[in-house]
Amino acid sequence: MVLMASSRHEVGAKSFPLVIYIVVPLLALGLQSLLSLHLARFDLIDLPLLVTIYYAITQREPVSATLVGTVIGIAQDGLTHHALGIFGISKAVIGYMAASLGVRVDTENHGARLLLTFGFTLAQTAVLWMLQRHMLGQPYAWHGFHEIIRAAANALLGVFLFALLDLTRRTEY
Amino acid sequence: MESFFSRYRNALVLIAVLVAQVIGLAVQVRRPDPNSPDKGGVRLIRSWVVGVVTPPEMLLHGTGKGIRGLWSNYVDLIHVRKENKQLKSELDHLRLEEDSLAEDARQGQRLQALLGFREKYVYQTVAAQVIGTSGTEQSHVLLIDKGSRDGIKPDMPVITPDGIVGKTRDVFRHTSQVLEVSDATSGAGVILERTRIRGVLRGDTWGQPEIVSLSPDERIQRGEPVLTSGGDAIYPRGLAVGTVERVVPQPEGTLVNVLVKPAANLSRLEEVLVITSTGEEMPAEMQQDLGDAQQKASDVLAEKLPSRIDPNAPPDTQPDTSKESADDAVTPPVRPPQPLHPDHFTPSGTPPAAELVPGQKITNAQSSVEGGSESNAPQPPKPETSKPQTSKPQTSTPASPAPKPPRSAAKPKPKPTATPGDPAPKQNQTPGQQPPAPAQATPPQGGA
Repeated sequence: MVLMASSRHEVGAKSFPLVIYIVVPLLALGLQSLLSLHLARFDLIDLPLLVTIYYAITQREPVSATLVGTVIGIAQDGLTHHALGIFGISKAVIGYMAASLGVRVDTENHGARLLLTFGFTLAQTAVLWMLQRHMLGQPYAWHGFHEIIRAAANALLGVFLFALLDLTRRTEY
Repeated sequence: MESFFSRYRNALVLIAVLVAQVIGLAVQVRRPDPNSPDKGGVRLIRSWVVGVVTPPEMLLHGTGKGIRGLWSNYVDLIHVRKENKQLKSELDHLRLEEDSLAEDARQGQRLQALLGFREKYVYQTVAAQVIGTSGTEQSHVLLIDKGSRDGIKPDMPVITPDGIVGKTRDVFRHTSQVLEVSDATSGAGVILERTRIRGVLRGDTWGQPEIVSLSPDERIQRGEPVLTSGGDAIYPRGLAVGTVERVVPQPEGTLVNVLVKPAANLSRLEEVLVITSTGEEMPAEMQQDLGDAQQKASDVLAEKLPSRIDPNAPPDTQPDTSKESADDAVTPPVRPPQPLHPDHFTPSGTPPAAELVPGQKITNAQSSVEGGSESNAPQPPKPETSKPQTSKPQTSTPASPAPKPPRSAAKPKPKPTATPGDPAPKQNQTPGQQPPAPAQATPPQGGA
């Protein structure tokens, strides 16, 4: 089965140099802010989410993925005018889910990465919708087709971005 | 117990993290402080993030701006001369328009003073570069490169020459956040220019500004300009917001929302102006500008309008009587052409009223006999009805035969000859001044 891990090699945890843990999230936040200003509809893409998913599915450690997702999400909240914690909660949930699935799924496969990113993007939108609409009472509309387009765009970009980030990691057995 | 924590360690960590953040959210939502929405550590986190993210953005933005400036200022200068000529022509045209608008503005001020309405004028602005956005569709926030060090404070209006952009929200030392009018949590008081319907502008879930909860009105048409009303105490009154795009009914209820196409291109902003100071009186600079504009406009008007000496006009065969008439300040009257054969209707062919006998028939033969010598030499008509006493008939039309002096002392009352349509008084009249009254130009002087 394509999506199932079939060997110890495939479930081996991946680690990154410490500088990568710091630079890549900051770069994702900066590029997200800058490119949205100059490229129309770049706000469909969520680079911090892609980084969160990548760390989670490669480390396969739910606790660290939750914490990484929380930090990245709160940092992303800092760029918005929302209350701090909206993206923090959503990315913590996504990090936990991605790390939990990463243990059971072959995350080296590009098809699996595509599907996972597609699903996690929709899941984050659902968490955001629940938080903002029902917990904070703020306007947040769910536009079905638009969300599918957004998820597809993030999934496609995620495949290329994950392949790029694979170059920076080292495998531990 | 130990096995429980070790077994459910991951889930417990997730729950702990979520609970901590939910508590943090609850604190933020329950204790809003209008003066400082984020206090203590929360504010610090936001400040840290912005402080880390914005310097590289400013560096990249500055580099890109430098490259673009190098290209546009030194390389891409094709058609600049032609464009400069067009712009000068456009500037002349705009000066004339500005003069008209200045007069309208003064009239508006007088009316507002009568109504006791106080308008906010823009005293001071700070130009800022847009260096980033929030990066999400849910938050329409811009980052600008000016902060508290430059005099920026929260809730200051941010505009472009095209229209309003939003207002400042969180202000840091070197940067600031700007909440766009297209955000769902923003709000601005607006008024429709023609129908004078007031409303509140905010963004919808797609990020398009809309005026919410208006009563249905058929007068609201597509393309109607939308201006700030000044009622929100943030945006000065009269700034351009956009134009009406369409009217959509609300899902529930009978009210409608008016979708507005923003005047400023909110998706491609590079430079904005932050209004840092407003006042209730027109600033001295603006008053000086208006005065200068009027003076320049009058100069342009004098150059553009046909003058008494028009180089393109056909040559004037009539003698110049302006010098002589200038002494009298009276324009010579227009005389009808001489008749070839004087008849009953010829002005000079009728005897004076004092010589007429009731019941006596006046014939052409009689008049031709009486004026036989005159018929051979055509006599110009007497400009009695339009000539004041001070004019000298023999000098007013030297090219034509001298008119006969009036046979009778009874003269009709002279009419003022310098009418508002005459070009001469307009030469010295500025557009802003009232034209002189005809009676003042040539007062009647003892007609009869």
